[in-house]
Amino acid sequence: MFKFIFDSDTWQEIYGGIRKNKTRTIITIIGVLWGIFLLVVLLGAARGMENNFKKAFGDFATNSLVVWTNRTDKPFKGFQKGRRIQLKTRDVEVLKEEFKGRLKYIVPRCQTSSLIINGFKSGDFQVSGDYPVLDKVQKKNLIYGRFLNKNDINNKAKVVVIEEEIYKQLFEKNEYPINQYLIINNVNYKLVGVYKSGAIDFDGDTAYIPFTTFQQVYNRGNSIDWMMITADEGVDIEQFELDIQLTLKNLHKVDPEDNKAFGGINLAVQIGKFTGFLTGMQFLTWFVGIATLIAGVFAIGNILLITVKERTKEIGIRRALGATPREIRQQVILESVFLTTIAGMLGIVFGGLVLYIIDSAFGSGPDPTLLNPTVNIPIVLIAFTILIVLGTSIGLIPAYMATMIKPIEALREE
Amino acid sequence: MIRIEGLHKSYPIGKDSLHVLKGLDLHIKEGEFVSIMGSSGSGKSTLLNIVGLLDEHDVGNYYLNGQLIEKLNEKKAAVLRNKFLGFVFQSFNLISYKTAVENVALPLYYKGVGRKERLKTALEYLEKVELGPWAEHLPNELSGGQKQRVAIARALVTVPKVILADEPTGALDSTTTDSVMDLLKGINDEGMTVFVITHEEEVAEQTDRIVRLKDGVIISDELTESGKAKAKQYV
Ligand SMILES: Nc1ncnc2c1ncn2[C@@H]1O[C@H](COP(=O)(O)OP(=O)(O)O)[C@@H](O)[C@H]1O
Ligand SMILES: [Mg+2]
Repeated sequence: MFKFIFDSDTWQEIYGGIRKNKTRTIITIIGVLWGIFLLVVLLGAARGMENNFKKAFGDFATNSLVVWTNRTDKPFKGFQKGRRIQLKTRDVEVLKEEFKGRLKYIVPRCQTSSLIINGFKSGDFQVSGDYPVLDKVQKKNLIYGRFLNKNDINNKAKVVVIEEEIYKQLFEKNEYPINQYLIINNVNYKLVGVYKSGAIDFDGDTAYIPFTTFQQVYNRGNSIDWMMITADEGVDIEQFELDIQLTLKNLHKVDPEDNKAFGGINLAVQIGKFTGFLTGMQFLTWFVGIATLIAGVFAIGNILLITVKERTKEIGIRRALGATPREIRQQVILESVFLTTIAGMLGIVFGGLVLYIIDSAFGSGPDPTLLNPTVNIPIVLIAFTILIVLGTSIGLIPAYMATMIKPIEALREE
Repeated sequence: MIRIEGLHKSYPIGKDSLHVLKGLDLHIKEGEFVSIMGSSGSGKSTLLNIVGLLDEHDVGNYYLNGQLIEKLNEKKAAVLRNKFLGFVFQSFNLISYKTAVENVALPLYYKGVGRKERLKTALEYLEKVELGPWAEHLPNELSGGQKQRVAIARALVTVPKVILADEPTGALDSTTTDSVMDLLKGINDEGMTVFVITHEEEVAEQTDRIVRLKDGVIISDELTESGKAKAKQYV
């Protein structure tokens, strides 16, 4: 069998057979080519979406949640309904203590909007009082300098880290901003860092100052606007969210059944939903691609079957000249495999080419729709293996038909 | 070379069966040049197909080169065909997308001969039938007589024991008929057994022995003039 495959004469025969039947060769090739092309392109596009998604959420610790407060919806322990709930720094301490082992980071946050001035340039921007740990929950990609640190917090330092957009508005192009002073709300801050916000960011274009500085400058006392909490790896994030809220309700004397008083977003759940969607898309892609492939391969089988009938006479002649049924069968199967393989390779090449074009058209720029739409080698290899297996098995039917042809019947004159 | 004893063959047609060969006895020795005569439908091709291992007989014995032929599977039949038999057909049966030399080389492919040697041998045989210059032509670029000569070269290329020709001149005019018959005669002179089916008297007369078939039985089996002459030589 191997001798047969590697025998140049075998291929000579197959080449002859294929060259003779140009139309059917082209049609079959197009069938399979289309299937594998679809598979490659769809998988590539799905991959591109996934990459894009990963990049968007990549800066987040994904098992995080956000908690904020509203008014109560139920009267409780003598309090009227509609009471405004205010988060306090004490809540942070209690949560840290009670959720030891489950809670990884907790970030209390205060935000306001202020006029920021640098010489003759100025603009209104969001100012946020934060702890250095914010950088752990939502990575800050720094262009210049550093993010806030522990000393800034302890010293209530007048330092600020700004977003690239703010930098662009307040500074000359390529101007080195570090250690320059900005005036925010009539207070001088030394600029220590410039960062670039990701595609998805809760803060947008924000100027970060130390949390302690913010409390003092804006007279916030112990109040917090909202907080971000990251759970440890392996923690059931939905249960975790419920437990946190329950603790907070307890602290603020809110009815445990009150679902309005505390609001929140569970990032992990949101991401889970989208990941599920992506998985679904990939599954669909495989499904569609393989279905098309199978259709293409069936077309090959069908056309081979027709050609076997067309070539009845030729097969009869070969048999009369001494071809064994096995030799005839091998030739038909090998033709099938050869056609599917060639078509498959062309499909992969064209698919790759289209992905390349898509990549250069939509894959780059500041806000790409599809990031790096590529198909990895294992997937291509899997598709290829499927192709060869299908090509062989579908070739079996016409091959069997070919051996059923009796030489005399094929050669009968009338 | 070929020995047939009490050979019967019938074809099933629906529920009935058509009894085509009704007890044939025939012995063809090595080196003979025999023709089978008979009207259309008399069972000539059926006989040749059985002799050529393309079909199986129902009753009787058939010895090819001393070997009793029975219960052959397709593979064994293919090997025997390739080794002992060369076929020439009325409608040439060349493979249309192969050149003359490739057609001639095909039996050698199934014999397992390498490509180079195959093409070299094929070319020698094409030259033998005076078609050397036409080696690279496709069958549809050749005349009927040329096609049949290519087919004869293809039958000869494996150096078989027997050439089986089913109405080899049936599709040819009289001039080319003569050249094809001359070719077969020449092959026979070299010692090969040649077995020709025909329904043309002139063709049959060019062989050494004529077997007449009618309604599935042999009605006569005689030597021709040339056959008698040869027989005398050997006595
Ligand atoms: N495969 C077959 N099935 C049924 N009938 C057949 C088959 N082959 C030949 N015949 C019949 O057998 C008879 C003899 O055919 P054949 O040997 O081809 O005659 P010839 O070659 O002498 O013209 C004819 O009547 C033909 O129709
Ligand atoms: Mg006939």
